[in-house]
Amino acid sequence: MFYRESGQFKSSYAADSAILTIAQDRLFIAALLALAFVVLPGLGSDYLLSGILIPFLILSLAALGLNILTGYAGQLSLGSAAFMAVGAFATYNFMLRLPGMPLLLAIFLGGLSAALVGVAFGLPSLRIKGFYLAVATLAAQFFIEWVFTKFGWFTNYSSSGVITAPPMQVFGIAIDTPASKYLLTLSIVALMALAAKNMARASIGRAWMAIRDMDVAAEVIGIPMLRTKLLAFAISSFYCGVAGALYAFVLLGTVDAQAFDLHRSFQVLFMIIVGGVGSILGSFLGAAFIVLLPICLNLLGQAFHGAISTQFLANLEMMLFGGLIIFFLIVEPHGLARLWQIAKEKLRVWPFPH
Amino acid sequence: MKKSAVAVSLALLTVAGVAQAADQFIPIPSYRVGAYASGGAKFYGGMIDYLNYVNLKEGGVGGVRLTYEECETEYKNDRGVECYERLKAKNGGASAFNFMSTGITYATMDRAEKDKIPLMTMGFGRADAQDGRAFKYVFPLITSYWSQATAKVQFLGQRVGGMDKLKGKKIVNLYHGSAYGKETIPVLDAMAKKYGFELQHVEVPAPGTEQQSQWLEIRRARPDFVLLRSWGVMTPAALKSAQKVGFPRENIVANWWGGSEEDAVAAGDAAKGYIAGSFALDGKQFPLIQNIEKTVYGAGKGNLSDKGFIGTVNYNRGVVSGILMVEAIRAAQKKYGAKTLNGDQIRWGMENLNIDAKRQQDLGVTDMFPQVKTSCQNHEGSGYTRFMQWDGKDWKPVSGWIKADTGVTLPLIKASVDKYSQEKSMKLRDCAAEK
Repeated sequence: MFYRESGQFKSSYAADSAILTIAQDRLFIAALLALAFVVLPGLGSDYLLSGILIPFLILSLAALGLNILTGYAGQLSLGSAAFMAVGAFATYNFMLRLPGMPLLLAIFLGGLSAALVGVAFGLPSLRIKGFYLAVATLAAQFFIEWVFTKFGWFTNYSSSGVITAPPMQVFGIAIDTPASKYLLTLSIVALMALAAKNMARASIGRAWMAIRDMDVAAEVIGIPMLRTKLLAFAISSFYCGVAGALYAFVLLGTVDAQAFDLHRSFQVLFMIIVGGVGSILGSFLGAAFIVLLPICLNLLGQAFHGAISTQFLANLEMMLFGGLIIFFLIVEPHGLARLWQIAKEKLRVWPFPH
Repeated sequence: MKKSAVAVSLALLTVAGVAQAADQFIPIPSYRVGAYASGGAKFYGGMIDYLNYVNLKEGGVGGVRLTYEECETEYKNDRGVECYERLKAKNGGASAFNFMSTGITYATMDRAEKDKIPLMTMGFGRADAQDGRAFKYVFPLITSYWSQATAKVQFLGQRVGGMDKLKGKKIVNLYHGSAYGKETIPVLDAMAKKYGFELQHVEVPAPGTEQQSQWLEIRRARPDFVLLRSWGVMTPAALKSAQKVGFPRENIVANWWGGSEEDAVAAGDAAKGYIAGSFALDGKQFPLIQNIEKTVYGAGKGNLSDKGFIGTVNYNRGVVSGILMVEAIRAAQKKYGAKTLNGDQIRWGMENLNIDAKRQQDLGVTDMFPQVKTSCQNHEGSGYTRFMQWDGKDWKPVSGWIKADTGVTLPLIKASVDKYSQEKSMKLRDCAAEK
């Protein structure tokens, strides 16, 4: 009824290749961005901004990075957290060793360092595939965590093995309130999500998908295997690296290498599986599901405080969470993003079924 | 006596006078699920029981009722941060947080500093937070990792009959391959230099379930003692491997993370004779623990699902944590008055704790934990550790309270604090100016 494109004609190539071809979609996204950029920083409480939204955005970015590699290019990886760690520790060292370096440049260089490490650990992907590659990236996960714990140089010989964020500012504006931290994170995530969307639509994205669907065929039609695969590793690791830098600097402030352990890698992987493999939107939906749902369940559980033993309640939350994951995977194996797509298609024909 | 009578009548007056009495909110960032749930449920159960006990017995602190709310952290950093943000401003503002997790404490340190809410890091770190000039809102009360490491070496000195006898002995430091595990290396190195024993560091990769090669290395090295810096599953795994290679368990000394029933029972027979540090004794022999069981569980308000866990190591640690929290509120009320206090005022209370033998006796916890006296500069307030031996069923004390070797820890703390303040480009507090 309301969500229908009838009467909307595309009269130019530019209109045809726009990201959002339907006016209603454009309106919806504009409203969402206005809400995120204008309304929330003003009205959101500290808890909403720095307790919920910032971690959600940062982990969305990490999921986005993994989705580029696993969802689009089809290379299974269990090393996302390691690349996040590289981003975090590199950013810290750039800011520490080169005083006066702007924060954004340091984060960018941190991302680049993660990309380099990602390429190095992506090399085996030229020979091995599927689950075997996942095991190879697992090596990255253990190796990198070990390096940052073992060699004191990376943490500036901190006795407790942690890195601590210095005071931060961007273009002379101090990043020290929840609202400013949220806006910084949101801007970076929004820009990078836009870039990812465009990459997925461009020739590089098509090359990735060709490799994902059948790499021999892709090679036959002339897609350079080496460059395309390593580019996927580089870009994916760049995204993870930036997410790691934001995680360490904007979200926590003080972090040790164990914050980027295998559990984090799994968490990111579950995000894209639940959210939708090979979908930009899916990265956000998956992160929302994995990050926000346990918190919602916990808040809901507080309503029963006193009536049920807290011990039981805490375990019940875990059971519900696990149950919901299974429910959604059975209802829609292609993830939440696919559910969203189906909902849109249904809306388009509503109220008539055909 | 007279004073307390006045206090009680004053408290009654306030309760009677104000229909809606003031509340003091204490956040409980507990972990009841996840890898460390078995310890977390008892620790936070003990803490909550003590808060309820104070409410039932005295109607709160100075007439101000203690309220609390739980939030599940699962021992994860990001969930911990979420809990911190959720609880920090609730119900008149959080008094102080006690996460019982090194990672979450690091992750909330900057926030706490900004929000002016103290973090209790009872028994752990970071060790250099003992210096209140740099870490205004962090309190590694009773003992930090570094203090405990020096106490471990001194305990070994007692075992061999004097610190001078340690010369030429060989000690292995078997540590968890993480930031936590490596934290005591510089302190132990300094101790080795001071007392002339040979020290060998052996790393166990996290999580520590696989220790075969490490123990073969230890067997080759033939050390006199093994210092265990373990965590979670690493403790029982170490004990079982030690049994396999035939290393006497009496010569293994762990820090307090390896010193609860959960750690020892899991190793079964292999744990017999093993020794661990402690900052809060277990058992029900303390009048306070008996009173809690009588009053709180008698009123059906106990937090533990199984009463049998009352008096276990983790439960008593939780009670001690509750005591320190309540005593800090008491101290702060003396300065600021009996009303709802904010985090910064509680911080003052925590900086001016004085739990001496007399106070411990009044509380019914004589010798359960060392005496605590904090100041602006000294956020640890004690530095004593006691060692316990597992006899197959219970922990039995095998030493008195051993004081940290401040000659070793203080220079290291100073160096660490200097670096921290330089990195953060911050100025240290002037404790003499604050009174």
